[in-house]
Amino acid sequence: MTTHHETWTPEQLEHPARPESAAHTEQSGQSEHSAQPQPLLDVTGLRIAYRTRRGQVEAVRGIDLSVARGSVTALVGESGSGKSSAAQAVIGLLAENGAVTGGSIALTGADGVREELVGLPERAWRELRGTRIGLIPQDPTSSLDPVRTIGASVGDPLRIHGWRDRERIEARVIELLERVGLDDPATRARQYPHELSGGMRQRVLIAAALALEPELLIADEPTSALDVTVQATVLDLIDELRVATGAGVLLITHDLAVAADRADTLVVLRGGTVEEAGPTGKVLAAPSAEYTRTLLSDAPSLRQIVDRAPHRPTAGEAPLVRVRDLRQEFHRRGSGEPFVAVDDVSFEIPRGTTHALVGESGSGKTTTGRAIAGFRAPTAGSVLVGDTEVTQLGTGKRLREFRSTVQLVHQNPFGSLDPRQSISAILEEPLRNTRRGNRAERRSAALHHLELVALPLEVASRRPRELSGGQRQRVAIARALILQPEVVVLDEAVSALDVTVQAQILRLLARLQDELALTYVFISHDLAVVRQVADTVTVMRRGQQVESGEVGRVLEDPHHEYTRQLLAAIPGTERAWGHHHRATTDRAESGRSTPVPHESAPGGHRRTASSEEITAS
Amino acid sequence: MAYVRRRIGGALLVLVLAFIAAYILLAALPGDAVLARYGNPDLGLTAAQLAEIRAAYGADRPQLVQFFETAGSFLRGDLGYSIQSGAAVSALLAEALPSTLTLAALGLVSAVALAVAIAITATHPGLRGHRAARALRNLLRGLPPLMVSLPVFWIGIVLIQVFSFQLGLVPVLNAGPIESLILPVATLAIPIAAPLAQVLIRSIDEVLAQPFVSVARARGATNTWLLSRTVARNAVLPALTMAGLLFGELVGGAVVTEAVFGRMGVGQLTAQAVAARDTPVLLAVVVISTVVFVLINLVVDLLYPVLDARLRRSDAAAPTRRAAVAVR
Repeated sequence: MTTHHETWTPEQLEHPARPESAAHTEQSGQSEHSAQPQPLLDVTGLRIAYRTRRGQVEAVRGIDLSVARGSVTALVGESGSGKSSAAQAVIGLLAENGAVTGGSIALTGADGVREELVGLPERAWRELRGTRIGLIPQDPTSSLDPVRTIGASVGDPLRIHGWRDRERIEARVIELLERVGLDDPATRARQYPHELSGGMRQRVLIAAALALEPELLIADEPTSALDVTVQATVLDLIDELRVATGAGVLLITHDLAVAADRADTLVVLRGGTVEEAGPTGKVLAAPSAEYTRTLLSDAPSLRQIVDRAPHRPTAGEAPLVRVRDLRQEFHRRGSGEPFVAVDDVSFEIPRGTTHALVGESGSGKTTTGRAIAGFRAPTAGSVLVGDTEVTQLGTGKRLREFRSTVQLVHQNPFGSLDPRQSISAILEEPLRNTRRGNRAERRSAALHHLELVALPLEVASRRPRELSGGQRQRVAIARALILQPEVVVLDEAVSALDVTVQAQILRLLARLQDELALTYVFISHDLAVVRQVADTVTVMRRGQQVESGEVGRVLEDPHHEYTRQLLAAIPGTERAWGHHHRATTDRAESGRSTPVPHESAPGGHRRTASSEEITAS
Repeated sequence: MAYVRRRIGGALLVLVLAFIAAYILLAALPGDAVLARYGNPDLGLTAAQLAEIRAAYGADRPQLVQFFETAGSFLRGDLGYSIQSGAAVSALLAEALPSTLTLAALGLVSAVALAVAIAITATHPGLRGHRAARALRNLLRGLPPLMVSLPVFWIGIVLIQVFSFQLGLVPVLNAGPIESLILPVATLAIPIAAPLAQVLIRSIDEVLAQPFVSVARARGATNTWLLSRTVARNAVLPALTMAGLLFGELVGGAVVTEAVFGRMGVGQLTAQAVAARDTPVLLAVVVISTVVFVLINLVVDLLYPVLDARLRRSDAAAPTRRAAVAVR
């Protein structure tokens, strides 16, 4: 932090909007007498700026939103839209270099007293946090102190806010754990975070947020790190508790489908400004902003996002990939029993089609994908790609030659590209490794593949960090294709991307498949995506193959209970189970039964997407 | 418990290996102690007489036999006799140990106190706002790297020069038992506190950036609460490892410190033994420091699972999420 950027004095940093806040407190005096009840949280004209090396950067530029008592307002936007900054400002926990530079955040208690939060001294903030505003954080794995017990973490807010009686705290902790649906709460309280699953940890965090029954709950991407089925139950829990306690919920999410299911009011954010706001049903049925329409048309669970002719195998041709009785065991240290990651999985993939491997974390789908790519010899079974028995390749030259037949694209485009190499060097590397072509040929192949994945040629000389996540994933795809493989294993290749970028990449993959006659193994946890891009699917659970077959058949007429669960858990669809107690009535027509015409979508696809296409599946 | 058994077994193995290595190194030194003591031409001993003396000490037998004999007597607790003075090594050590132990213990305690004070002040989130506080923060963050790079003997000499000769605060000659400890302890503490403070600052910074800390803030925690309840236990783990390893530094520091301040102790004893090639004394010193070093690190190893439940998993671990993730 050097000096010339510091345009704010410490006093300003602490009380950046003093005069305005004074004005609001005066207003509040009047509003108490006005007939209209004040919303629980009222944010008007909020501006947030960060001091950075490049000077002051405004992340939020004057947004308005409000949360009514007992209702859910969803703040929807992609990464960089300023939704998290707004949430942090509401609980007074902006990063060190951030500050509210304008606007007002007002909290109105049940007693009707309106309190201005902007410019509140730290001490007053601390009294508010946990008692009147609760936070449900994003990542349950790292949001609990790993060296303290669950009970200690849940009891924290009580102790922080002055509870001293040990027995009373303990009783309250157990009551809270029971309330969020954890079995055997007394035992859970003595356990440590690593002994609980992700979903259970999120329940624990919800319990801690509720400890002092705050009026406002901020749920910051509460389920984006969880499996779909768990996501649905956790969101149900938040709903239930909201109804029971009458708290207002500010739900921050990148997933329009989640917001569509859960929120009464939608606020769509982009680049720090509100693109559109209104009752959920209205916004979804008749979005007024172009950006909202794009978001809607790119959400795989709400709309058909990829135009793709289903690929039928040519009659009489043998399938390109044949997996038979695949079994993979891992040895656990100090335990005689091996861990079975994949147990008797068999499927076939005809040439030029997409086969999806679907399951939650730990289901063995990645292990299966890696076996097809020849990265790990399985314990038993056979993997045939063309005429090559992948399991018999050993580790030498034959395996290296086989590598050009099957290529892998990873989930994380940030970790899979060498940060020190230029993009062209990254693309040429596989060619150099396999000693193909001369320098000029490799160079032209690299440029050609950049073109193929629709990246501008200038990208060639850049480094990965200069590219966005979507661009990096395009580079990763180009690198996989440069060896002209027959099979590409896409391991959660679009899961880490924003919806609009995800839609673009999915369309790119569909186009490349048609142009290059590629065969895809599409590993995903997201059935909404799978049903749009895959021809056949294998549903996996805990290493077992639960169901396998054509996508249409499996998803329309699931034979296995687990497939039905997965389908029901997709946000944005009417969930078969669960208890929907919504106040808003127009939800039913929220873009699910009304056909929504689509003029255009990025990528130049002209089409009309009707919701029948989705509900049909 | 298997973990404890494995750790103790490892510690014993280290002890045995250290003993063997020390013995071989000392045996490989050119010349032997007999020569060092009686080889002086002034004594006028003939080669035959020297050989006789060797035979008397058993120094003419094969090395392997000597090794096992020495090992056997160490196991019985008999550390042998000093070649230089003829006194029992155990008696020499018994005389020197208390003073060195006091010095080392006080040095370690003050080093830890100093490191913790520096680290907490340098990382305290409350000190981020104001300009003066930030300056103090940066100063404190620059201190440990400076302290690491100072040699012990130099610190000792500077401290004597400033506090005794110029300011006259602490007498060098005829000092009382407490006064005579002040400067040596400071000399010893500074180079040990420095790496400790560095590790602490880094791990506190890391822990403060963890989501669970912001969650605790979102529950209304104060900075003091954060540091004492949430951060301390997470940040102390890496520092603990460091503290165990720094014991080696403590031994080396004690040798130099005792030499600079002219204190009697194991350090002085070692220095004299090296000069006189007094193998039995050296071997005993090496073995005793190894024992203490191994013991301290054993305690550190055993403390880990107490402080961090994640390390408590025995071999028959319950199926956890982590195992599933590792497999993926």
